[in-house]
Amino acid sequence: MRNFLLFIYRHNFTFLFLILEIVSFYLLINHNSYQRATWLSSSNKVSGNIYNSYSNATQYLMLQQINEELAKENAYLRSQMPASFKDSKDYFSLVYDKLNKRQYTYRSARVINNSVNKHFNYITINKGSLNGIEKEMGVISAKGVVGIIKDVSEHYSSVISLLNTRLKISAKLKGKGFFGALGWDGDDYRYAWLNEIPIHASVSVGDLVVTSGYSAIFPEGILIGTVEEVEKDKGESFYRIKVKLSVDFKDLSFVEVISNNMRDEQLDLESTNND
Amino acid sequence: MINRLPGYILSFFILVLLQVLVFNNIQFSGYVNPYVYILFIFMLPFETPGYILLILAFILGLTIDLFSNTPGMHSFATVFMAFIRPSLLKAIAPRDDYQPGTTPSLHDYGFVWYLKYTVTLTLIHHTILFFIEVYDLSHIFSTLWRIILSSIFTLIIVFIAQLFVFKKNKRR
Repeated sequence: MRNFLLFIYRHNFTFLFLILEIVSFYLLINHNSYQRATWLSSSNKVSGNIYNSYSNATQYLMLQQINEELAKENAYLRSQMPASFKDSKDYFSLVYDKLNKRQYTYRSARVINNSVNKHFNYITINKGSLNGIEKEMGVISAKGVVGIIKDVSEHYSSVISLLNTRLKISAKLKGKGFFGALGWDGDDYRYAWLNEIPIHASVSVGDLVVTSGYSAIFPEGILIGTVEEVEKDKGESFYRIKVKLSVDFKDLSFVEVISNNMRDEQLDLESTNND
Repeated sequence: MINRLPGYILSFFILVLLQVLVFNNIQFSGYVNPYVYILFIFMLPFETPGYILLILAFILGLTIDLFSNTPGMHSFATVFMAFIRPSLLKAIAPRDDYQPGTTPSLHDYGFVWYLKYTVTLTLIHHTILFFIEVYDLSHIFSTLWRIILSSIFTLIIVFIAQLFVFKKNKRR
């Protein structure tokens, strides 16, 4: 025993090294299985506060750009108002009819941390569980899909960016109905790849790629990008489509978080299929 | 030794904040990604005991991880780099060994020595970091390219930082 302790003492440098590396590795593996403690993510209080005050400071330098963005968004929202639809009152509806309930709620939030240069990019936003945000809600900006909520603390949430090689989003070609999985390859932050579109579909450069609405996270038809290039390997029965993302991830300041009020209902129903 | 402590604590916080707020937002062509915070490990005095070196490296890496949502990644690479440091210092020691009262700096041991010292440690750190980040070997060439470009950029900034220290010492 004495000799053993002496041995450890003499090689304390190596042993400490091994212990620290094992701890690091443990954190790394835990992180990969998505089960790490929330306090280690950037939604925790200290780093959240620092990022928040930093973004408060830089916000002033970008006011003009942000104003422009907000004005554009205003215009977009106005175009969505009932008054801008000609025949919105032409049908009658039952009071308390569940079918007429609003399905999606939007909450705006500000981006306080963001990256595009890693393999696994995450975004931090300044709204959390106190604002009604929950895990696995969709995040969009005025220009298109941004990501999905991953962790929530009281005042902050972290978002898996679309620029994260672990995230796949169900997408389809607008007006065609063929759907596939869209994901990022870790290379250029302006482009993502859409796979699993069958070869008999007609795809042309410039087609719009939108969310499919099958995942219960995003509503149908939210813009993701436009087709930039269509690749077809010999012997393959699926296209590989390069999509130019409509969101500029380097220039992201305001986002909206979508909550699907009927999500649980859909998932409940779908889980019975697996039995 | 003890009167240099506040300086080291201050430089720890400055380097972490610089890394998180400035250098993490720098990227050219999606490849270059300097990790300048390892300068803190470069700076530590020769006499630093091994266990303190490792623990500081772990804390430093974990702090960076905390901000960039990557638990374990930076701490793994930084601890490994710190583990190599004593053997490297022994291997590249000048003929009359390290003098008491000096620190591993450009000012005290000259350009060639400092270049050997920083290039080795930076390459070790960046190689581990980028390979953990990618997590597979299928992108090996693009990863190597990233490692080389980022190391060059990190080293340039480390050397610029050393020039500042150099001037400060001269004035004294």
